[in-house]
Amino acid sequence: MSSIVQLEGVNKYFGKNHVVKDLNLSVEEGEFLTLLGSSGCGKTTTLRMIAGFEEPTSGSILVEGQAVEEKEPFERNVNTVFQSYALFPHKTIYDNIAYGLKMKKVPRPEIAQRVKEIMALVQLTGFEERYPSQLSGGQKQRVAIARALINRPRVLLLDEPLGALDLKLRKQMQLELKRLQRKLNITFIYVTHDQEEALTMSDRIAVMHDGILDQLGTPEEIYEQPQTKFVATFIGETNIFEGNIKELAMGRVAVRIENGVIRGCGYGFSRNEYITVSVRPEKMRFSPVPVKGFQLEAQVKDYVYVGSVVKCIAVLQNGMEIKMDRLAGEELPEPGSIIHPWWEEKDAVLLHNPENQVLEMIDSMPLV
Amino acid sequence: MEKTRKHSRHSFRSNTLPAVVMTGPMTLLLILLVAVPLIYVGVMSFCSIDQYYNVVFQFTTKNYARLVSLDYMKIYGQSLLIAFVTTVICILIGYPFSWLIARTKSKYKKILYMLVIVPFWTNSLIRVYGWRTFLGTNGWLNTALQFLHLTDGPLNFLYNRGTTILGMVYCLLPFMILPLYTSIEKLDQSLLEASADLGAKKAATFVEVVLPLTAGGIFSGSIMIFIPCLGYFFISDILGGGNSDVIGNLIERQFQSGNNWPLGAALSIVLIVITLILVKLYQRMGGSMENLGV
Amino acid sequence: MKRKKRERNRKRLSALFCALVYLFLFLPISVIVVNSMNATTSKPYLSWKGFTLDWYVKLFDNSSLLQSFGNTMVIAIVSTLLATVIGTLGAVGMYRYKFKGKALLDGLLYIPVVIPEIVLGISLLTIFALVDIPRGMLTLILAHVTFCVPYVIFNVRARLAGYDSSIEEASLDLGANRIRTFFEITLPVLAPGIAGGALLAFTLSIDDVIISYFVNGQTKTFPLKVMESIKSGVAPDVNALSTLILLGTIVLVVLTQSDLLKIKKKVKR
Repeated sequence: MSSIVQLEGVNKYFGKNHVVKDLNLSVEEGEFLTLLGSSGCGKTTTLRMIAGFEEPTSGSILVEGQAVEEKEPFERNVNTVFQSYALFPHKTIYDNIAYGLKMKKVPRPEIAQRVKEIMALVQLTGFEERYPSQLSGGQKQRVAIARALINRPRVLLLDEPLGALDLKLRKQMQLELKRLQRKLNITFIYVTHDQEEALTMSDRIAVMHDGILDQLGTPEEIYEQPQTKFVATFIGETNIFEGNIKELAMGRVAVRIENGVIRGCGYGFSRNEYITVSVRPEKMRFSPVPVKGFQLEAQVKDYVYVGSVVKCIAVLQNGMEIKMDRLAGEELPEPGSIIHPWWEEKDAVLLHNPENQVLEMIDSMPLV
Repeated sequence: MEKTRKHSRHSFRSNTLPAVVMTGPMTLLLILLVAVPLIYVGVMSFCSIDQYYNVVFQFTTKNYARLVSLDYMKIYGQSLLIAFVTTVICILIGYPFSWLIARTKSKYKKILYMLVIVPFWTNSLIRVYGWRTFLGTNGWLNTALQFLHLTDGPLNFLYNRGTTILGMVYCLLPFMILPLYTSIEKLDQSLLEASADLGAKKAATFVEVVLPLTAGGIFSGSIMIFIPCLGYFFISDILGGGNSDVIGNLIERQFQSGNNWPLGAALSIVLIVITLILVKLYQRMGGSMENLGV
Repeated sequence: MKRKKRERNRKRLSALFCALVYLFLFLPISVIVVNSMNATTSKPYLSWKGFTLDWYVKLFDNSSLLQSFGNTMVIAIVSTLLATVIGTLGAVGMYRYKFKGKALLDGLLYIPVVIPEIVLGISLLTIFALVDIPRGMLTLILAHVTFCVPYVIFNVRARLAGYDSSIEEASLDLGANRIRTFFEITLPVLAPGIAGGALLAFTLSIDDVIISYFVNGQTKTFPLKVMESIKSGVAPDVNALSTLILLGTIVLVVLTQSDLLKIKKKVKR
C-alpha cells in the first residue's frame, strides 16, 4: 500500500480562528479512513481543503504525490458527496449523474452506458427522468454517491453523508457504502461525528479534537488503547478516574484518587505523576467485599436494561457516577447496597495528563 | 517557495475580480444615478436663480424661506390629508378583500388574484382618464342617473378632493391587497382553530391573533400607498382639476412652467424628509425593508 | 339550521363585496374599451356616436402614436435587459461576497423603491442637465434602468434566500469551472427569480409616466403621448391601442402561465 493523500503541516485559519492545527495525515490507497470528531473540530474543513473548496493557510496537500493546494476543485481527481447532497434541483437524476462526464466531454453513448451502470450499482434504475425533489432522502443519497463515483475518482470524500437519514436507513446505508467501497476499491475519506458509524465502517479512524489530530488508528486501537482522555471519552462509554501514582513496579501501577486507590498497568509513567485512568463499563466488576489492591466503595443507584445488557449505575462517595455493564439474568445486588468496584489491571487505560496538573495536592488529602 | 505560491494563488483564486465584475455595474448605477443626483438636489435647494431662471451656484436660504408660506403650508396639509384618507380607505377595502380571496377555497383563486394585477397592464394615466370620462358631466354616471330620472340635470362629481382621493385609491389599492394577500395566506389555519378552542370569540381571535400576524402587510402596504400619494401630481391634475393639489404638483410646476429649479429642489427636500420620517416610523414599528419591493 | 343560514348570508355578502371591488378596478378599463369603439370624431370624444371598429384600423395611420408606442417598447426591452443583467449580477455578488460599503449599497437600493417617483425624476433631470446629456432615448433608458434594478435585485434575492450554495461547490467538484458553473447551475436555479424580476421591470417601464415626464426631452413614450392628449380629450385610437396592449398582455400571460403549469405537471409525474 502506498499513500494516496498526504497532508503535511496543514494549518487553516478563518480570520483569527485557528481551525486546523499543524495536521499531518497520510491516507493509504484503497482504505476507508474516517475523520471523527465533534462539530467544530476541523474535520469538515480538512475535507474541504482536500476537495479544494478551502485553501490551507500553510502546509501542503498531496494527492497521488502531487501538490494540489493551488489547484481548483475542478482540476482535482477527487470527488465529494455533500452533507446536504447538493443535487442540482433543475436537472433530472440522469443529468445530475451525467454532469461530471459531460464536463469532461465524454462522448454521449459512453455517458449513457456509464450512467446506466452506476444507476444499477446504486439500485436507482428507473429513476432517470425524475427530479431530485421527487426522491426520498435515501434515494437522494444514492444519487449523490452515484454522481461522484461515476467520475472514477481516486479518492471519494464524504461529508457526513448519512446525517440526514433516519436511524434504520442509516444503518442500511452504512453497510451499502462499505460494500461499494470494497467492490470499487476506491479510497474513501469519510467525515462523521457519529463514533458508532466510524467504528462500524472504517479501516482507520482519525480522531480530531479542537483542530488537532488526537489519534490515528484502527477502530480496535482507538477503542482499546485510546491515547488521550478526549479519545477515551468520545469513543464509546467509559469511566474516568484522575489521581496521582502512588506506587509503580514492572508496569503495575497503583493510583490514589479522591475516593481511594485504584490499579492499572502501563509503562512510561513516573511516581506521583497526575494521570487519567479510563475503564470501559464492560470491564468493570464489583464484589460485596473489598478486593485486594483496590480501595473503592460505591452505592448502587439504579439499573437500566438495554436489551442483553444491564447497565448498573453506582455512586462513589464524592458523588461521581460510575457505569458498569452486567449481562441480563445475572443476580444483582439491591439498589442501595454497598459494592466494591474493581477490574483487571490490564483493562484500565492509563493516560498522561499534560494539561491538568493542578490537583497534585490530592496526595495529601486524607483517605476516607 | 511559500512566497511565490501566495503570489500565484492571489492571481486566480482571489475574490476581488469576480466581486468587482458582479457588483460593479450596480454600484456605479446606484452612485451615479441615485446618490449623486439626490445630493445634487440638496445642493441645488440652496442655490439661486438669475433673471433668466438659470440656476446660479450662489448660496441662499431663500428657497427654504418660501417653503413656509401659508399657501404652501395649506398644500402640504391637504397633501398629507389626501394621503392619509387614501391609505385608510385602502386598508378598509383592501383588508377584507385580501382576506376573502386569500382564504377562498374556490378553484379560481389564482385567477382572482391575477385579476388584481390585470389593471396594471393598462397605462395608469389612461385608466385615471377613464374615471374622468365616467364621472364627467356627459359621462356614463350622469347619463345613467338622468336616464333613471334620479336627477334632472348633470351633477358635477369631478374636480374636488373626493375625486382625487378616488383616483389615488384606484391606482394604489393593489399595493395594499398584494402584501396583505401574502401575509394572510401565510397565516396558519390551526392558529385560528387554537384560538377558538381556547375560548376566544371571532372578534377576539382577530384582535389577538390575526391582526398581529398580518400587521406587517398593513404597514408595508401603507408605506407603499402613503408616500406615492404625496407625489402623484397627474391624478390631482386629471381628477382634481387644480382644486386638490399635492406636493408633487408644486414640484412639477417649478420644474416645468414655473422654471424655478432651486425652489423645486427645496420642495423635493420636503418630500424626502417626509419619506425618511415615515420609513423610520415603519422600521420602528418592526417593518422590514425587504417587504417594500412588492 | 340557523347557523347554516347565517353562513349562507355571509357568503353572499362576501361575494357581493368582492364583485364590487372588481367592478371598481375594472370600471375605467371598460370605459377605455367601449370608447375605443365610439364612432365620434369630434373632440373631446366623449359623446357616444355609435359603434365602429374603424379606430383599430385608423390607429395604424397615426404615425406619432405608433412612434410613441415603438419608443415605449424599445425603452422597456432595452432597460429590462440591462436591469436584469445588472440586477442579477449584483444580487449574486452581494449574496456571495463581503466588502466594504455593502451596507451603504444596500441602503441605496431601497431609495428608488420608497422615494416618490417625482423626486427620482427631478433628481435625474437636474443631473442630466448638469452634465449636459441631451434628453431623449438615452436618458429615458438610464432612468428606467435606475428604477428597475432594485426590483430585479429584490426578486433574485428572494430566490437566493432558499439557495444552497453547496450545489455550486458540487459543480466545481465535478469538473466545471467557475464560468461554466454560473451558466449551468447558478443561473438556471435562480431563473424563476430573474424572470419574475424582469417581468416586473418590464411592467414598471411600460407604465412609467412620472419619471419619463421629466427626462424625455422630445422623445415621447406611449404614456407621455396619452398625457399630452388628455388636454384635448383622449382620442379613440389611443383607447384602441390601449385595448390592444391589454389584450396582448393577457394573451402573453395566459400563454406563459399555462406553459408553466404544463412544465410543473411534467415534473410532478
